[in-house]
Amino acid sequence: MRILTSSVGRKILMSITGQLLILFILIHLIGNSTIFFGPNGINAYAEHLHSLPPLVWAFRLFMGAAIAVHICYGVMLTLENKAANPGAYAVKKNLKASFASENMIWTGLLVLAFIVYHLLQFTVHGTPDVVVGLDSANRPDVFRMVVTSFGNGLIALAYVFAMIMLFLHLSHGIPSFLQTMGWNNEKTIPAFGTGGKVISAVLMLAYISIPAVILAGLLKL
Amino acid sequence: MNLTLHVWRQSGPNQPGKLEQYDAKNVSPDQSFLEMLDEVNEELIKEGKDPIVFDHDCREGICGMCSQVINGVPHGGQERTTVCQLHMRNFNDGDTIYIEPWRALAFPIVKDLIVDRSGLEKIMQAGGYTSCHTGGVADGNAILVPKVDADYAMDAAECIGCGACVAACPNGSAMLYTSAKVAQLAALPQGKAEAAQRVCAMTDAMQEAGFGNCSNHYECQAACPKGINVKFIARLNREYQKSLFK
Ligand code: HEM
Ligand code: FES
Repeated sequence: MRILTSSVGRKILMSITGQLLILFILIHLIGNSTIFFGPNGINAYAEHLHSLPPLVWAFRLFMGAAIAVHICYGVMLTLENKAANPGAYAVKKNLKASFASENMIWTGLLVLAFIVYHLLQFTVHGTPDVVVGLDSANRPDVFRMVVTSFGNGLIALAYVFAMIMLFLHLSHGIPSFLQTMGWNNEKTIPAFGTGGKVISAVLMLAYISIPAVILAGLLKL
Repeated sequence: MNLTLHVWRQSGPNQPGKLEQYDAKNVSPDQSFLEMLDEVNEELIKEGKDPIVFDHDCREGICGMCSQVINGVPHGGQERTTVCQLHMRNFNDGDTIYIEPWRALAFPIVKDLIVDRSGLEKIMQAGGYTSCHTGGVADGNAILVPKVDADYAMDAAECIGCGACVAACPNGSAMLYTSAKVAQLAALPQGKAEAAQRVCAMTDAMQEAGFGNCSNHYECQAACPKGINVKFIARLNREYQKSLFK
């Protein structure tokens, strides 16, 4: 399989897995925003989501595979690229490369660390802040769990930090996946550069709004 | 004007090298950068010292031989200008200038500012051609090429193969160079026939020659003295995807 070893082929796999992850982020955001409708919103959503365990597990495996491929090639390509550039310039001035584009591996790894923490917290219920219980309709009380945890300023801050990392990753990642797929020309290149930053910023702010609203006391138990 | 130069000196491949300081005195603003270095070298020769070795040939911006990173930018950062076409009027009296060779794993230093760019040749040999039968001269207009395609191909063919894209790339990648040839030939009827083999062969050769992978920093286009556009990299990516289904 040439695509698994070639320079461009591996980039395409990174691009496709990156797009799948972005799609997930969009769906996850829409799902999470049911929290603004209170316990009846998010608890009903969570119950629906988990009503078909085989589907839940198929989806988890699929996303796990996508992120595994993305990470493997991300690390591999980064190591190769570091090796190909001895970086020995006494003076080097970048004209175009940005903080975001130069730190994809670090923002990516920080997002990974966040994903592990986030799953440990709200999926496995393995962190001390998590309160598990049932609501009045006998559904798992996701609302109480999230509002309690985000009431802790440090936890909320960790989420905000992770979303800033995601913003940096995507502000280069979005224009980059379009270029890697070849969906680009002279006119779209600058437009996608700006569009990528705007979309990443909107995503970041939308995600941050949940812990922010809870910390501000606007969403209460 | 008078300038202070910090120039990379290295006696040979795999030898340790370092920046040495030189004074360039009475530099005329009308001189080109290379002429300024010629005068510095004359002084060095008079003093019985080893002159600074650098690549050059046409000195009119078309051969792609001159190759110096000046103050951190390949060719010195004036838009669409090679070192040989860079004039001293772009500098000010008293400036300090750092002059270094192209640096990339695939470009080992030969001496001082000269690097071995045969990696680029290996990429070209792998697919930068079209196969045809030789024999009688074909009629000039036997194959019609639409003007837009011809212009597009000409834009890509402007690449002079200097390697500034590699020198500028944080990944030491030669993707802009490779894509310019892939795009040029894929846009023309003569090149379409071998487009799929070409994109694979050339990108594989790039990898084998020790160049890195493209991660879309676009540093290459900014440094290119011919302004080769990264849209050609998008084209290469499309050609590669098409090749997967052949
Ligand atoms: C929710 C999580 C993530 C999303 C949505 C995401 C998305 C993306 C996208 C869209 C790209 C651009 C692909 C391209 O240039 O074609 C990208 C590139 C990259 N990602 Fe991620 N990513 C995520 C997580 C990670 C993680 C956990 C890592 C850790 C290793 C990582 C490492 C990288 C690297 C190194 C690149 C640059 C690859 C290159 O340009 O050569 N990403 N990511
Ligand atoms: S010497 Fe020929 S391009 Fe500069």
